[in-house]
Amino acid sequence: MMPELGKYAGAVLSAYGASIALIIGLVALSLWRSARVRRALEEVEARQGRNNG
Amino acid sequence: MESAGKMSIWEYANPKRFMQTSAWALPWVTGFAVVALVVGLIWGFFFTPEDYKQGSTVKIIYLHVPSAMLAINAWMMMLVTSLVWLVRRHHVSALAAKAAAPIGMTFTLIALVTGAIWGQPMWGTWWAWDPRLTSFLILFLFYLGYIALWEAIDNPDTAADLTSVLCIVGSVFAVLSRYAVNFWNQGLHQGASLSMDAEENVSDVYWFPLLVCIAGFVLLFVTLVLLRTRTEIRSRRLQALLARERVA
Repeated sequence: MMPELGKYAGAVLSAYGASIALIIGLVALSLWRSARVRRALEEVEARQGRNNG
Repeated sequence: MESAGKMSIWEYANPKRFMQTSAWALPWVTGFAVVALVVGLIWGFFFTPEDYKQGSTVKIIYLHVPSAMLAINAWMMMLVTSLVWLVRRHHVSALAAKAAAPIGMTFTLIALVTGAIWGQPMWGTWWAWDPRLTSFLILFLFYLGYIALWEAIDNPDTAADLTSVLCIVGSVFAVLSRYAVNFWNQGLHQGASLSMDAEENVSDVYWFPLLVCIAGFVLLFVTLVLLRTRTEIRSRRLQALLARERVA
């Protein structure tokens, strides 16, 4: 299934590997921070709701 | 004054309205992004032939060209939203610019890394102080500076003001990155791979999967901007609630 990349296989595979790693890292960091901020906001809103209610 | 029933784009400057609309749009945009990226990259990597001059390194085009396009256009999006902040003081606009910066920086880094990896076997060097390469490196440094400036200033409105000014200055390099080859007509880097001029374009066998990859990268950018802007809006609300707690 792997295409024949010839003498440039190292260059092509390292370009794909580095790019996909950077994109996955960016997506993972964005999701992680989104979940962390969302959880913190829910906690503070719940705490203030209890204090005010 | 808005006529009844007519929706204005400024409605989205309301954080609540933005959160509602983006919550609806995000799964769709994410789905289209994943499909376009998977189809485009598989098509390009597995089902396109080697180039007679560049061999299999031509397959790097599916990463290099879309990421380079988005490196420039992410900064342009930041320029527009920064100007909206400076003129109309819409907070969502400033937060969208802040959200886009790490995405643009990552695309710039991908363009630089894939360019170096592609350049080594084709030009015999990883790097040259060529007009386009140099302006891309400066654009990358502007992204770093922009992100650092946001983090360095506590007052969010002051941070938004100063980063907006930096964004306007950096736009010169974003434009230079695009047109450097045409301005100086020297260096190693070739002209545009995609152009309205058919003679300049890459061959159709590479062009169609490249278009799908570009669509995938654009949709990925929109997905991440929506996600990260939502996070910034929540973070701003969190800071406001914590400040209220401290005062009480």
